[in-house]
Amino acid sequence: MRGRATADDQTERASVSHYELDARRLLCPLPVIRTQNRVRDMVPGDTLEVICTDPGALYDIPAWCRMYGHEVIDTRQTPDEVRITLRIGTDTEPA
Amino acid sequence: MHEPRKAVALISGGLDSMLAARLIRNQGIHVEGINFFTGFCVEGHTHAIRRGHNDKPKRNNALWSAEQVGIKLHIIDVIDEYKDVVINPKHGYGTHLNPCLDCKGFMVRKAREWMEQHDFDFIITGEVLGQRPMSQRRDTMPVVARESGAFDRLLRPLCAKLLPPTLPEREGWVDREQLLDFNGRNRKPQMALAAQFGFSEYAQPAGGCCFLTDGNYTRRLGDLWTHRGDKRYELDDILLLKIGRHLRPRPHFKLIVAREQGETNFLNGYRRDFTHLYATSHSGPIALVEGEAGEADLKLAARITARFGQGRSADRVVVEVHPRNRDAYSVEVAPLPADEIPESWYL
Repeated sequence: MRGRATADDQTERASVSHYELDARRLLCPLPVIRTQNRVRDMVPGDTLEVICTDPGALYDIPAWCRMYGHEVIDTRQTPDEVRITLRIGTDTEPA
Repeated sequence: MHEPRKAVALISGGLDSMLAARLIRNQGIHVEGINFFTGFCVEGHTHAIRRGHNDKPKRNNALWSAEQVGIKLHIIDVIDEYKDVVINPKHGYGTHLNPCLDCKGFMVRKAREWMEQHDFDFIITGEVLGQRPMSQRRDTMPVVARESGAFDRLLRPLCAKLLPPTLPEREGWVDREQLLDFNGRNRKPQMALAAQFGFSEYAQPAGGCCFLTDGNYTRRLGDLWTHRGDKRYELDDILLLKIGRHLRPRPHFKLIVAREQGETNFLNGYRRDFTHLYATSHSGPIALVEGEAGEADLKLAARITARFGQGRSADRVVVEVHPRNRDAYSVEVAPLPADEIPESWYL
């Protein structure tokens, strides 16, 4: 099974990175599943912008982030899309 | 100091799995949730698509309930693996196309595999003896434990006292005395326990979270299989069965007609994959054509599409037809009167 990136990996990298994930046309819970899978390859501090057309992502992705200690740093909604940007945390236990 | 024992909880998003997870967490067990996405989960899809459903929370109930319990949730895509459960259920279907016993066995087996990969100790579910007619009977519960390979590492905390002690109970990882003896379809004990745990809001009903238990949905699925000549499907097929009006005017094609703007927006995403039509002289829905429709069929499809738009009472409506892999063209048609659409066309 593929392991999640760790803080040690991060120190070997020059800087954190920003990524985008296109989850348009996917319905709940697929945007969360795709986010979950994408985050496995990222390291703490990296940011990910998830673009969705299912407005349910506005609830689901932040809920998933709370569970895993990732920080939602921006959400934007237009009539057709929602964009959620999160910063990868250190996989903390949920409160 | 001993590490706490670890349990993986099947979280459906309903109340029972939420209560089972909390009961075990309250005993000091480390609990994480797992939820399998089969494609048939009712889970807000139609609410997300249909704009009129603004009263319904557009959220994933499994995520929401795991957060209420205070556990992590792992959502796992099992769409492809699940096809065999739906298409070839060893134990057959329930009232509709619901393979409940095979489904439960499949999910517990997947949870058992996850448990082994992640070094967890046992599995918990929110099952209640006698609550569901196929998978939650005294004679079928052991079938799930056996066929999943979970055996006595499968604990059902809500009715454990009515069942033989499992490994976590015998080993003292959990206190059997603090487990429950819920039985039957009465929901009052669950509601009382929810109140005790401070769960004031939860999804209803337990077990009603699968489209395969819905007669209208499974009629469409049965029609799909009949007209394809075999029992197969892709994710887009089963998503589209949830959306719009489905009419089969001829055996060789059917129409999916959006019922409102949200559905039109959703079906617009499929324009490249389907022959489709929409009125241009009046506002109205998009309609997708599934199957092989000839010129006469497309004219009929245009009349049906016009019938569901604002031009339904007009003498003539201009409809743009976009055949798949051919140039689009316009056709002027008389909307098909409602009384000329036989009930038998509606799926």
